[in-house]
Amino acid sequence: MTGGAERGADRAGMQIVVDLNRCQGYAQCAFLAPQVFQLHGEEALTYAPAVPDDQLERVRGAATACPVQAILAGEQAGADAG
Amino acid sequence: MPAEARSDGRIVIVGASLAGLRAAETLRDEGFSGELTLVGEEPHPPYDRPPLTKQVLLGRVRADDVGLPRRRAVEARWKLGVRASGLDLYGKKVLLANGEQLPFDRLLIATGTRARPWPDPDAARLDGVFTVRTRDDAGRLAERFAAGPRRVLVIGAGFTGSEIASACRERGIEVTVAERGPAPLVGALGGTLGAFAARMQRAHGVDLRCGVTVTGLKGADGRLTGAELSDGGRIDADIAVIALGAVRNTEWLAGSGLAAGPRGVACDAGCRAFDMYGIVTDDIFVAGDVARFPHPLFEYQMLSLEHWGNAVAQAEVAAHNMISSGPHRRPHLTVPAFWSSQFGLNIKSIGVPTFSDQVVVAQGSPEEGRLVAVYGYRGRVTAAVSVNRAKWLEHYRRLIETAAPFPPGPGAADRPESAEPVPSDVPDPKVLSHGPTVALTGHLPDRRLTLVRPGG
Amino acid sequence: MSTETLFHRIADYASRPDPYPLYAELREHGVVRQDDGSYLVGTYDEIAALLHDPRISSDRRLRTVPDPLGPGQDDVPPAFIGLDDPEHDRLRRLTMRPFGPPHSPGRIDALRDEISRIAGELADGFGGDGKRIDIVDDFAYPLPVTVICRLLGVPTEDEPRFRAWSDTIVAGFDSTPGEDPEQRVRSATEARRAMALYLGELAESRRGHPSDDMLSALVNDEAPEGRMNRIELMTTSVLLLIAGHETTVNLITNGVLTLLRHPDALARLRDDPALMPQAVEELLRYEPPVQMLPQRTPLADVEVSGVTVPQGAPLILVLAAGNRDPLRFAEPDRFDITRPDNQHLGFGSGVHSCFGAPLARIETQIALTTLLHRLGDLRLVEDPPPYRTNPVLRGPRHLVVEPRA
Repeated sequence: MTGGAERGADRAGMQIVVDLNRCQGYAQCAFLAPQVFQLHGEEALTYAPAVPDDQLERVRGAATACPVQAILAGEQAGADAG
Repeated sequence: MPAEARSDGRIVIVGASLAGLRAAETLRDEGFSGELTLVGEEPHPPYDRPPLTKQVLLGRVRADDVGLPRRRAVEARWKLGVRASGLDLYGKKVLLANGEQLPFDRLLIATGTRARPWPDPDAARLDGVFTVRTRDDAGRLAERFAAGPRRVLVIGAGFTGSEIASACRERGIEVTVAERGPAPLVGALGGTLGAFAARMQRAHGVDLRCGVTVTGLKGADGRLTGAELSDGGRIDADIAVIALGAVRNTEWLAGSGLAAGPRGVACDAGCRAFDMYGIVTDDIFVAGDVARFPHPLFEYQMLSLEHWGNAVAQAEVAAHNMISSGPHRRPHLTVPAFWSSQFGLNIKSIGVPTFSDQVVVAQGSPEEGRLVAVYGYRGRVTAAVSVNRAKWLEHYRRLIETAAPFPPGPGAADRPESAEPVPSDVPDPKVLSHGPTVALTGHLPDRRLTLVRPGG
Repeated sequence: MSTETLFHRIADYASRPDPYPLYAELREHGVVRQDDGSYLVGTYDEIAALLHDPRISSDRRLRTVPDPLGPGQDDVPPAFIGLDDPEHDRLRRLTMRPFGPPHSPGRIDALRDEISRIAGELADGFGGDGKRIDIVDDFAYPLPVTVICRLLGVPTEDEPRFRAWSDTIVAGFDSTPGEDPEQRVRSATEARRAMALYLGELAESRRGHPSDDMLSALVNDEAPEGRMNRIELMTTSVLLLIAGHETTVNLITNGVLTLLRHPDALARLRDDPALMPQAVEELLRYEPPVQMLPQRTPLADVEVSGVTVPQGAPLILVLAAGNRDPLRFAEPDRFDITRPDNQHLGFGSGVHSCFGAPLARIETQIALTTLLHRLGDLRLVEDPPPYRTNPVLRGPRHLVVEPRA
């Protein structure tokens, strides 16, 4: 799973998904983008899959910093579905 | 005809959720340049299900916002909101419910599962009776939670039921959980962690009733009013959530000639589907919740895994194999893994805990709410489950992959004084309300004896 | 040369500017036993496995061989970095309460503006035409020190006092061979005690008078698992203050040095500053400020790539060697700010992974961004620069730059 946020995602809105099998609760994302990623209890991660526009940069930074590279950010899949 | 690497032609993927999406992306990533079609029964583009019973029911995330990010563009035709109704193996066509026919050169079946409905269809139609599988289900239930119900009845204490109960308590909603088995989560995690889960639920104010079945749902004026229990008890509730496990979406394959039935679609380690004679096909592949496949770490038993991670990993292998020739094909050998968060705890599993005869708490303790439980079968490590101790789990994955001896040796600094293995107490699935999220459908362990019945 | 002396050669001051050929030698031999009975590990997979192995202790008091750098009898007990679960876990969670999620989720993020302001002020002080700048003394040191003082609630005017203590403490775990460590260890013990008393008093002065800093929170806030006792509070604050002092300075300085050595990467960052988070991760891989974890000890005989490391033996995990392992990273000796899948060991991994990592990340991203538009016009006066003596917390002692002629 790639960690980098897909460029050009700004237009269509950014979605994220975290591979919580990989996640070990280092919580770097919850430090770096606290509006989007939160710890639920001491270790469980929850997050807002639809990233608010003013959080894109922080979310990219969080995805980059994830020690287990578990965060995928990008355009909504199948947005071209019609 | 020998399998050859084919990067062109027509590929149809039936199922447009996690497995179907990741398969499509892998096909394009690995150079498939032909025509790609995805068929999805739901009208929505691919979305992520795990948040539905967590963030969405907590009211923190809207059900419409759980869409999956793409890894790359797939340049596919998306046929959403239409159900596949049949498969013509001879004509190599998928039949759609709207009458359309989709010819293919290779097919990926990724139709997943749906929620097992309440057995009484009239009661199931009562206002207030829910299942949670789709984002529409979760959105409607979240609205009802927000309106402040008097009491929610959750029927079935597997992971889904337990997470829903957790969301209720966190929102301050009274909740009763009814489970036919001896404890919550026992079907997936066995007796030791089942007992832990029961204490955790009660500590959070869940009215947990184990060893009972709901014998009937009661209603008035089309609205749910409560339920009757097998022990003579009665629960007043305005919402009932049916969490009785999942049903595999294989009906559309009935009569197709594939080895498809209630237990899923059988395939080999390379995700190629078996036909009803047990002969492996060469252009029909299976991935995700609907697949059942042999796993060498678990004595080649056929596994069906309702796991997010399996859907991704198996889709990647299936897609790779769809466009690779014989010796370049890969086996799907990923060690199964899943997670659940409930009652403020992070529960993670690696391996197959139900494939066990013993369990030992190797680190921490249930009392402190932080632990690693290690499972063994016939003297080797087959699984580990952590509660708020995820950083250690990698170590146990290595033990599982190398079939390390069970119980694991001493040395952990936080090993409890009494680290003695006890029976893992995995009950027969028949005694549970909630279906197990891992179904062992092969020849071992003995209690789970089931013959592969082609065509189910 | 014998691999039995590899650690001596790594620790030799002459190796400080470029230890990487020695790390390559270490990786070739897998696990290497040293003549003093310690073991070095430098391959990525093995280090990662050991960092998640519950049998590997961080408490060097559990070593069964003589440990010249270990704590003396009169030393204060270790902070959580030198303890195992469940004690480590309890203290780390208590320390996390006023620092990060779940109890203080926005605390570090909220420092961004202030860090930018401090970095900007320091850079503005660089002075004008033709003047030489020491990146360490004028920028990379004062920035994290100012931030950690604000965060902990330590008066910046006391900086000279605790800088001296910090230097002495860090020298105490400097294992330069051929020198009797006894005196150094004794001085370090005394410095640690003095710093502990200083911070302990500071914290006590806030008891009942809460202010918006971590010392105050640690002494006043009640967690479900209770509060730290006096000794725990002191050892924890010493750890935070030293870690806030001694590591980020290296990361920032290594960053400036590395960017000046790679003008292509620098140019790319100037064109697209949004690449900075990736660049900092690559820096953590390429030139990690903590080169190795020297204080691990197996609590049972543990097999590592076919070698049995006996219970109680000193086990040294060379993170910087693992970060250059070609089995894990393509072209590992190349500095690539857009490297994909960069799961480096720069902050360690597992339960002891760097507590201050998010702060170090933000500080370094901001520090390097602040300097981005000034670095293009600067050149290194001396390359390699003079290094600090410590092989573990490796970094330049000075990094003097001057405007291009």
